[in-house]
Amino acid sequence: MTDMNLDEFRTEVRGWLAENCPEEMRTPVEGDQDVCWGGRNFEFQSEAQKVWLERMAAKGWTVPTWPTEYGGAGLSRAEEKVLLSEMRKINARSPLTSFGIWMLGPALLKFGNDEQKAEHLPKIARGEIRWCQGYSEPNAGSDLASLATKAEDKGDHWIVNGQKVWTSYADKADWIFCLVRTDNTKGKHYGISFVLFDMETPGVEARPIKLISGRSPFCETFFEDVKVPKENLVGEENKGWTIAKYLLTHEREGIGAAAPMRPIHEVAAMSLGLDESDRLADPMLRTKIAEAEIDDWAFGLTMARKLAESKAGQSMGADSSMLKYYGTELNKRKFELMMDAAGHDGLEWESERSRDGKLARSWLRTKANSIEGGTSEIQLNIISKHILELPGA
Amino acid sequence: MALVLNEDEVMLRDTAEGFFAEKAPVKALRTLRDTNDETGFDRALWSEMADMGFAGIAIGEDHGGVDMGFQAAGLLAEQMGKNLTASPFLSTAILAATALREAGSDAQKSEWLPKIASGETVMAVALDEGPKHNPAGIETTAEKSGNGFKLNGAKAMVVDGHVADQLIVAAKTDDGLAFFLVDPKAKGVEIERTIMVDAHNAARIDLNDVEVDGDALIGETNAEDALHKMLAAGRGIVAAELLGAGSEAFRSTVEYIKERKQFGVPVGSFQALQHRSSHLYSELEIARSAVLGALTALDAGDENANRYCSMAKAKLGEVAKLAALEGVQMHGGVGMTDEYDIGLFLKRVRVLQELLGDAAYHQNDYAKANKF
Repeated sequence: MTDMNLDEFRTEVRGWLAENCPEEMRTPVEGDQDVCWGGRNFEFQSEAQKVWLERMAAKGWTVPTWPTEYGGAGLSRAEEKVLLSEMRKINARSPLTSFGIWMLGPALLKFGNDEQKAEHLPKIARGEIRWCQGYSEPNAGSDLASLATKAEDKGDHWIVNGQKVWTSYADKADWIFCLVRTDNTKGKHYGISFVLFDMETPGVEARPIKLISGRSPFCETFFEDVKVPKENLVGEENKGWTIAKYLLTHEREGIGAAAPMRPIHEVAAMSLGLDESDRLADPMLRTKIAEAEIDDWAFGLTMARKLAESKAGQSMGADSSMLKYYGTELNKRKFELMMDAAGHDGLEWESERSRDGKLARSWLRTKANSIEGGTSEIQLNIISKHILELPGA
Repeated sequence: MALVLNEDEVMLRDTAEGFFAEKAPVKALRTLRDTNDETGFDRALWSEMADMGFAGIAIGEDHGGVDMGFQAAGLLAEQMGKNLTASPFLSTAILAATALREAGSDAQKSEWLPKIASGETVMAVALDEGPKHNPAGIETTAEKSGNGFKLNGAKAMVVDGHVADQLIVAAKTDDGLAFFLVDPKAKGVEIERTIMVDAHNAARIDLNDVEVDGDALIGETNAEDALHKMLAAGRGIVAAELLGAGSEAFRSTVEYIKERKQFGVPVGSFQALQHRSSHLYSELEIARSAVLGALTALDAGDENANRYCSMAKAKLGEVAKLAALEGVQMHGGVGMTDEYDIGLFLKRVRVLQELLGDAAYHQNDYAKANKF
């Protein structure tokens, strides 16, 4: 697309957004309660949130780059960038956030058959079905390929038995994309299959896990004689590891990107005060904050650069591990500094002043960043093996 | 922001990669060092670099340059960093050319810029004075004297100061900091070559009642905007050179740990080294983006460009140092020998990270600019 066409597109987007984005949807997202996850049982926070989703879905802009036949708008990366930048300009919230958009969608587009794409993608795009991810198990965390949830072949269907853990929002999800073992005779990477099923299928039970933050975004999910039709297999039987890995690279790119937050130095300046030469009263903290904010700037550029490079026909590949590793470690570092800056105030857990310990709970939440989606150590292993090609990695 | 190189830039990078690897590899630096070369760089090489358009990379076409901008200049600097190339590129083509381009009168630009672009004139910018980079603390003075000025002060770490055909001296006037063209042979100028740990050029320059004409003043008696632009360009380019040096130190180290065997296996198969290598890979990728972001902002005239160049210098100072330190450690005993190149990278990075402000300087500057 030429620059002139892009300019026209920008004008069109700007006009449409001005007219269609409700005022209430132009305020910052304060927490999970403000996020629209969609799904059968989703309770919209407001009429505005519902209208915003419907209007954006009708345009195909909940999944702008997906093909129009699957509920997208078929935009190029450049057009998508224009759309996102115009949304940012008016502080428009994302109309829909979901694991369907972020993780399953890209995998289905690449590995799904026509029926699966036609069945599932439009419902993801419209926010009708909310998905969860059945990957980790109690004995298969970093060593994901050793997963043991068993799928027994019964002709036209499987009977699934086993347990998943760290299934985010499994208690709220409608469907699950799940890794199951269909063969255990040929080494751990072979024999994994990627299947989809409804969470309302008899025998599925999700139990929330209470975390150190006091919140329960994750569940333990149990399967007891769950019947999964064979047509719900994505890709080939026993060869789901490839799809699982592909999806993980998308997950990692997403985890690496932290939500924008208030600059740490502002919080620190307010909380600790400045000395007579306008320097933060704590000189050691001052340097660490400067260092982290410079890293944050450079990391943001790196995300943009890697995205631009992959657009130009170069695959991001194992670099998604680099982004995941660096982004999550940086995010943890930033929240440690934020807690240092906030001092005693940041420790409050239940007061109204602290909005129910918002900072403390967010700080605790970041500790999972470098564990979920593959630990930092696993990402370092992947870089050693696939990028540096070190022996035995 | 263009964080991905365009076709012209890719072509320039590839050309530069071949050029420096062939004409000015690490071996060439060793020869300069071991023969106690008086110039400290190869004049024939500089002349060839000028023929290639490298000396005029940041000079307008109307003054004989190729005007490709700082992003392009950074690509050259990166290759020079990779090969530890000694040349007056930073002193002359970046610092002096930018000072003249930003502050100079039309006559001064017409006189000097074509001579820089052609490789005819080597220039050195005399800026710092004390043990640390501190442009705000410059004490060299330029007093009005007759139709001209009288300069007094002592400069240190003047890159290429002992071979420059012309000096540009930063000095205080009643109106602020200004730049002056000074003939190195003028009365009252004393130059001492100070060979540095990295075998690259620097000098100490004393200025004792040095008389210069009125037209030696580059532009106005307050050239602080030009000074800041020159510093930004210099920092961005040194950051690019650090990127090249750090990346090459890392590349050669990874290669080494794949070959070196202990306990019957390559040491690179040990996770203790693998994780540190992967971490360093990540840091270098982040650092590369900082350099690209800073130099494209500078070319685009972004209002924050000077800040970004300072931030890039902070980041590269840290990352290239880590690459060099890890490089020596992972090489083990041979990393301490002069025979292996890794030690030369450690030394060059130590100098470059100090030049125009180390990481702590720029972190402090970032904090000041953001009012904390």
